[in-house]
Amino acid sequence: MIHGPVVFTLAGLRRGAVVSLPLLIGLTPFGVVCGITQQAAGLSLGETILMAGLVYAGAAQLVVLGAWTHPPSVLAATLTALVVNLRLALMGPVLAPWLDRLRGWRVWLSLFTMVDPSWALSVREISADYRDAAFLLGAGGIMWISWMITSIAGHLLGEAIQPTPGHPIFFAALAVFVALLVNLWRGKADVMPWLVAGVTAVATAHLLPGTSWYMLTGALAGSLLGALRDARSGDADRR
Amino acid sequence: MWDFHPWTVAAILGMAAATYLCRGGGYWLFRQVTPGPMLRAALSYIPGTLFVSFVAPGLLDGRLHTLVGASATVAVMLWTRSLAWAIIAGTAAAWLAWSLL
Repeated sequence: MIHGPVVFTLAGLRRGAVVSLPLLIGLTPFGVVCGITQQAAGLSLGETILMAGLVYAGAAQLVVLGAWTHPPSVLAATLTALVVNLRLALMGPVLAPWLDRLRGWRVWLSLFTMVDPSWALSVREISADYRDAAFLLGAGGIMWISWMITSIAGHLLGEAIQPTPGHPIFFAALAVFVALLVNLWRGKADVMPWLVAGVTAVATAHLLPGTSWYMLTGALAGSLLGALRDARSGDADRR
Repeated sequence: MWDFHPWTVAAILGMAAATYLCRGGGYWLFRQVTPGPMLRAALSYIPGTLFVSFVAPGLLDGRLHTLVGASATVAVMLWTRSLAWAIIAGTAAAWLAWSLL
């Protein structure tokens, strides 16, 4: 944990960026997939740049684009982004040892660039008693730049190959989440919530075709039943 | 290339606001109040249940190349623990199955 004063310097910013460099290679396919999906959904290059730059949350973007309509449902897109990104609301407070000691724009700009990998790196630095809080902005900032470049590249790639709707390249969006699920798996406790989520989602998708509500109903049903079960068996405090 | 549809822009701004509400708002809110164990447990399940909900209808729609791709993605992810390789190998497997079947 942090002992002593916290600073916010150019050296910390640079260190965050340099430490993140190897991770950028791993994030590249994710950005390209997002760009291709945005192009296929009918977004212009300008709209792709706007979404990548302001939302900067690949999972949320892919989920919303999976049910994109013309014109899009603003309410469904907003709610879906909110639910997909709820995890970020729990991640911010973990960085309190740095953020509580910063003022003004440094806090809010750093949080704007907070994504799962930059957060994970920062948590590691905090537990190693590193005291330059600009690390978070350096890591998130360079990932943001790489996200913009790969999103644009994906959009241009989509324009060049013009894949038809059933094309296997769109499987890449599913692959992102299947791969993320492998990492999210925590053991037997996840079986019931995940099954409930899957069944609810499939049922909702049949009842309300062409909308994105199936993700919200599935996620809410699975998470609430999982939390209720944990509360009953008394192991809710362990999570 | 540079056209901006008003509803698309509105949806993007809505998504951006919702996302920042989570990034900045979560830090701000949980500095004032501590979430109870029940809310914590429910939120801890959210990423997993949400991603299951996203992939379930797509995986169960009966297209064989999707199942081949998903199996390859899981196998490579377990093996390499690398998101990049899992996406590339899974998509390549789906593509191969699609062109062969």
